[in-house]
Amino acid sequence: MSVLLDISHIDMEFPTPKGPFTALRDVDLKISQGEFVSLIGHSGCGKSTVLNVVAGLYQATRGGVILSGKEVTEPGPERAVVFQNHSLLPWLTAYENVELAVKQVFGKNKSKAEMREWIEHNLDLVHMSHAMHKRPDEISGGMKQRVGIARALAMQPKVLLMDEPFGALDALTRAHMQDSLMEIQAELNNTVIMITHDVDEAVLLSDRIVMMTNGPAATIGEILQVDLERPRHRLELADDPLYNQYRAKVLKFLHERHSKPDVPTKKSAPAKSSVTSAQAAGDIKETVDNAA
Amino acid sequence: MNTTTVIATKFSGLKLPQLDGTFFSNAIRLVALPVAGILAFLLLWSATAQNIDTSLGKFPGPAAVMEQFNALHDEHQRSREKERAFYERQEKRNAERVAKDPNYQPKIRAYTGKETFLDQIITSLVTVMSGFLLAVAIAIPLGITIGLSQALNNAINPIIQIFKPVSPLAWLPLVTMVVSALYTSPDPLVAKSFLNSLITVTLCCLWPMVINTAVGVAGIDKDLVNVSKVLRLPALRHVQKIVLPASVPMIFTGMRLSLGVAWMVLIAAEMLAQNPGLGKFVWDEFQNGSSDSLARIMAAVLVIGLIGFLLDRGMLALQKLVSWDKTAN
Repeated sequence: MSVLLDISHIDMEFPTPKGPFTALRDVDLKISQGEFVSLIGHSGCGKSTVLNVVAGLYQATRGGVILSGKEVTEPGPERAVVFQNHSLLPWLTAYENVELAVKQVFGKNKSKAEMREWIEHNLDLVHMSHAMHKRPDEISGGMKQRVGIARALAMQPKVLLMDEPFGALDALTRAHMQDSLMEIQAELNNTVIMITHDVDEAVLLSDRIVMMTNGPAATIGEILQVDLERPRHRLELADDPLYNQYRAKVLKFLHERHSKPDVPTKKSAPAKSSVTSAQAAGDIKETVDNAA
Repeated sequence: MNTTTVIATKFSGLKLPQLDGTFFSNAIRLVALPVAGILAFLLLWSATAQNIDTSLGKFPGPAAVMEQFNALHDEHQRSREKERAFYERQEKRNAERVAKDPNYQPKIRAYTGKETFLDQIITSLVTVMSGFLLAVAIAIPLGITIGLSQALNNAINPIIQIFKPVSPLAWLPLVTMVVSALYTSPDPLVAKSFLNSLITVTLCCLWPMVINTAVGVAGIDKDLVNVSKVLRLPALRHVQKIVLPASVPMIFTGMRLSLGVAWMVLIAAEMLAQNPGLGKFVWDEFQNGSSDSLARIMAAVLVIGLIGFLLDRGMLALQKLVSWDKTAN
């Protein structure tokens, strides 16, 4: 599989009155077409910064992001973002929210009828057809997030960026949303980068889990290849030893980082992410482990 | 008004017997209490008024003011009658002259009788709305521009902060002189006095709108701005689709504040500059100094208050109609 998105050795510094603050150092990651990658790490470790750089909302201080051979310099619909707080325009209905995106992206290429069909198709995909003419304040948090996902999907992005998309939802709704997302993923085979702080979510959804060290100067600590067969079912996986091994691995990483936040990570080797689909199942592949 | 509010807040906390459910308690809260408040105020007013002696007689109580309302109404009717008679006479005279001499071009002369109270009210309303709309046309685009650009905000904010607290009375002489100097058409479309009042109103009610719009625009949820960026909305569409709707609640807050300011400023400007309107009515009555004057001024005060209240309610109704945020009150 070819590399679709190349996050190439990015550093991110923010100017502060006390001099530049280094949020990210040498984050390097290659992502293939159709891959589902999650970024996990403690709060404030710079996960969101990575996502914002890929989205083009931030410009990396050093290094850069290359998407299908082109450098990312500004935000754009080919890198659609699902924000944590849904970010729907409160004065528009679910349909109109998606419509705004569709008109902007396909206004020149699709006829009115085609656009209408496409909007409805995407709302249907997230099971929101029944409430598409409701405003955000008339629907639940989970439904809002579904519309947010529909809006992002409707842009037909090359990469779908999700910033803790289910973080604000209750556990039951979150589980539903994860199942929905897996369904959609099976159908569309999108390339996804998702930020999460939920270990189960990461293992359940991802092809690869990118574990980030604590900031400042956060970087990639380990990358875990998740070779669980799809479709995945949360109940069956609960007793799956491999699943629990993956889970333990991520937990261990997070726990160690948490108890030893000052682990030197600055001279991290660039992540060699030559990850492809079928590696020997049953093994936990660590592409990089510089924690020791 | 104040008495009403105080009483209402005192009693709304009490548990009412659940005889008739919410209808009963709502009727008390919404009708009985306000009426009680107004009655209490009227009693207090008439009791106090009797004890105040002025050089123009006793301070008018509610009854005297009511009497003047009737008198003002009668005056208005008489004046309208006179006006109609005047135009009838003129028409008849012109018809007669045209009959005698077919080449005669009839001249129509306007009736120039004294404005009645109702005329003054209408003049004031037209002036305040014109001045306010002009301010809206300037303030909202300016506020949006300032809200979008931090640099522009830094540049313009000091000017706004300095002009905001200026009293209309300070502007008025300047406005009058400038209008006299620049507005010298031989056949003016509108009266100079109208322009003076209008511009003074605009200058004073501009600022709350500019500030509120700018704050509203600058405070838009960052995520919504990011949505716009991801969609690559062009600047104008960004303003139209994101900025304007997002700041509508704040814009309306500014507009309501401004309209209140505009109405207060207008009365003061009309009084000081002798521009037609309710302010002039008050000033004329004051100068007139008859035994009815105070009651007529009090009548004007009540009307001014009522109109101010209705303007605010009207603005709120408009906000509820236009804005997506239905929680305003």
